[in-house]
Amino acid sequence: MCLAIPGKVTSLYRENGLCMGKVEFDGTIVDICLAYVPDVSIGQYVIVHAGFALNIVDEAEAARTFDLLNQINPTGERP
Amino acid sequence: MKFLAEYRDPKVAHRLLDEIRSAVTRPWVIMEICGGQTHAIVRNGIDELLPTEIELVHGPGCPVCVTSLELIEKAQAIASIPDLIFVSFGDMLRVPGGRKDLLTVRSEGADIRAVYSPLEALKIAKEHPDRQVVFFAVGFETTAPNTAMLVAQAAREGVGNLSLLVSHVLVPPAMTALLDSPRNRVQAYLAAGHVCTVMGWQQYEPIARKYSVPIIVTGFEPLDLLSGILSAVRQLEAGDANVENRYARMVSREGNRTAQQQVGEVFEICDRAWRGIGVIPRSGLRLREKYQAFDAERRFAAIDLQVAESPDCISGVILQGLKKPAECPHFGKRCTPSIPLGATMVSSEGACAAYYLYHRSQPRVKD
Ligand code: SF4
Repeated sequence: MCLAIPGKVTSLYRENGLCMGKVEFDGTIVDICLAYVPDVSIGQYVIVHAGFALNIVDEAEAARTFDLLNQINPTGERP
Repeated sequence: MKFLAEYRDPKVAHRLLDEIRSAVTRPWVIMEICGGQTHAIVRNGIDELLPTEIELVHGPGCPVCVTSLELIEKAQAIASIPDLIFVSFGDMLRVPGGRKDLLTVRSEGADIRAVYSPLEALKIAKEHPDRQVVFFAVGFETTAPNTAMLVAQAAREGVGNLSLLVSHVLVPPAMTALLDSPRNRVQAYLAAGHVCTVMGWQQYEPIARKYSVPIIVTGFEPLDLLSGILSAVRQLEAGDANVENRYARMVSREGNRTAQQQVGEVFEICDRAWRGIGVIPRSGLRLREKYQAFDAERRFAAIDLQVAESPDCISGVILQGLKKPAECPHFGKRCTPSIPLGATMVSSEGACAAYYLYHRSQPRVKD
């Protein structure tokens, strides 16, 4: 129910006063409400749940987490 | 898919499992709150790969499962009103009430429509100005901003034929209710990552302090889950009880302020009954007085309900982490996803359905 997936904003538009956008998920483009991420720009990734972007993905944090996970070595010692 | 697939690498998963094995010296009980995480844990077999000292218990974080029987019955009664259009997220349609589910009500002639976004209900209402349209607003803090926007937008556009049957629930009050229970076994929580996307994690700091439980904000991919579990084990072993964010790419400490403000504008906190658990104080959202015109319970108040839960289903104790699905005598026999006795067998995020789907008919044997 709380499933939310990241997608890439490919365009921005307004509909009935609401900030909307086209968001791409693995090749599929869906109309998503962007009212909760008013500062988003095209090309950024947002985390989407039930038709709404709930946040902008923090790409710097994503890279940091990824690096940290990849640094864990089997002996349990920190590099 | 970017920001998902990178967090599935089996090699890194095994290294994290090794880290967990070397960190653990004693038995610990960790609860993942969110049903989406339960599903991911069971699907990936994470619970079976962990050292046997670590027991994962599955929390009540499935809105489909905890929506009260009374509201399910109310939904069916409202949906049956002639000419009305009842709009819901798809996974609510199969939730058993006392006698039937919404799909049965639809087969009896009701106009019931499944949608992906709450805003679709507004579109339907505008397309059918002569008919009443009711949206079944279920979900946690993750979904509440979306239904709040539906109400605010309907008010702005002056759409009068739309109302909401509101069943929103809040996660932190359920976490403290479980910790307050004399039967509590939970020693650490994996907090639901997507709830935190909206709410941040400040709310958890007093809970971690008061109850001395580590609370780890955790995502949904295998590496996210394993790194959440590793943090929980490290804190438990060290005697720490802090809030830690292991889902930083999606979650900040303060969460999404814009979304929080919209929720606060439309909804206020109320007591709420959780199916199988009972009333948890201040654990739900209802429409503020200002938006009462959108309250379907008021608009269709003259509905008579008889509410009786199946006496055979033990989903209440399962939702509290006290028993596992395979311990239910009806699991996989009288109760399956195609003929569910209880709500936890309906949504794939319900613990019973997750166990059924991934063939966990036996309780895990300790070695
Ligand atoms: S297996 Fe079915 S009857 Fe048993 S607790 Fe789960 S939902 Fe209820």
